[in-house]
Amino acid sequence: MMDVLLDGGLALSLPFLAWLVLHTEALSQAVVLFVAMGLMSALAWARLEAPDIALVEAAVGTGLTGALLMHTLSWTEETTPESHTRATRWVWDILAASALTGVLGWAVLVLPTDSKGLGPEVAARLADSGVEHPVTAVLLNFRGYDTLLEIAVLLVAALGARAVNPRTDRPSLETEDDPLTGELFRMMTPAVLLLAGYLVWVGAHGPGGAFQAGAILAGGGVVAILTTRMGTPRMSSRRVRWALLTGPLLFVAVAVAPLFTGGRLLEFTPRLAGTLIFVVELALTVTITLVLLMFFPGARPPKVEPEGTP
Amino acid sequence: MTVLNVLSALFLLAGAGFCLAGTVGVLRFPDVYCRLHALTKVDNLGLGLVVVGLSLEAGSWATALKLFLVWFLVLISSAFTCQLIARAALRRGVGAWGGSRES
Repeated sequence: MMDVLLDGGLALSLPFLAWLVLHTEALSQAVVLFVAMGLMSALAWARLEAPDIALVEAAVGTGLTGALLMHTLSWTEETTPESHTRATRWVWDILAASALTGVLGWAVLVLPTDSKGLGPEVAARLADSGVEHPVTAVLLNFRGYDTLLEIAVLLVAALGARAVNPRTDRPSLETEDDPLTGELFRMMTPAVLLLAGYLVWVGAHGPGGAFQAGAILAGGGVVAILTTRMGTPRMSSRRVRWALLTGPLLFVAVAVAPLFTGGRLLEFTPRLAGTLIFVVELALTVTITLVLLMFFPGARPPKVEPEGTP
Repeated sequence: MTVLNVLSALFLLAGAGFCLAGTVGVLRFPDVYCRLHALTKVDNLGLGLVVVGLSLEAGSWATALKLFLVWFLVLISSAFTCQLIARAALRRGVGAWGGSRES
């Protein structure tokens, strides 16, 4: 009974929040609603028994994205849009939305209902993977290739973000000697480090891993950028470059190493697999933290006066 | 239905009551500062009561400790965010409620 109530509440509130996000007039309200929707969808993932996705959704989808949106908001001058300029072709909107819903619903309904999926196959070989958590086993061992390429994509994304973001050393002058924010940073840092370390370690036998730990560390980094003198990491710094490359380089090394001993690419011997996966996850955490931190611009860009104003 | 169950249910209900009161406060109070007060103070207590209620049912010390850790972290963060938001509002010149009803 309670389950039905909870799931029903989630199922109703998610589309409603999504609609609200799109339909609020004020940008700041939309951002706050977006964060609320992210938290709700994290809850929904948890209810769907996907705690790994719930963690990432809460940390990246809601926490970091929310911080990014809020920060962007502080750059813009909010003007309330006039309600007359709204598009009035809502008939087409409804038609398109229902067509999309129909197609998606059809796609879900035609899925075979009696298929067991790949779960049993993963479970059968879990002992060889070196870890006890099926998600980590798939990500770092059975489908390590995907994760390797994913990290490469993240690196490219960080390059793009740095190309767009203004390069700043220091966010603002007024936060410098603020006792409140400094104290917050001092109190939160040990907890953030502990939590991230725990998440990497727990990834071997439970929900957790490099992505979640990296997201949480990056969250701590965002707090550091906002409250301390630490500026955004700069691509020109040699240390930042090496830190960015830690994960991919180590992963590639671990992936290529079996080739020299007659094995195949990304083939982990079951005896060493657990250790290798842990080391790779640690290295990936460093890279993911920095990549996510790179997305966060330090200070608002110098205001550009619109053309024509005196 | 043991004594522990009843006790836990009482704590949970009390916590939910406090959270509800805090939410009503956010919706009804007149200015930013009053709303912040309602949200951060009352919700801290509400969450604390919920955590106590849940840890009575947790069954293991480790789980109960984790729950209390969650409460502790929320306490820290809400104390700080309350101050930060209030100060940001003050800096932007958001006035405090004068104490008179307009309607």
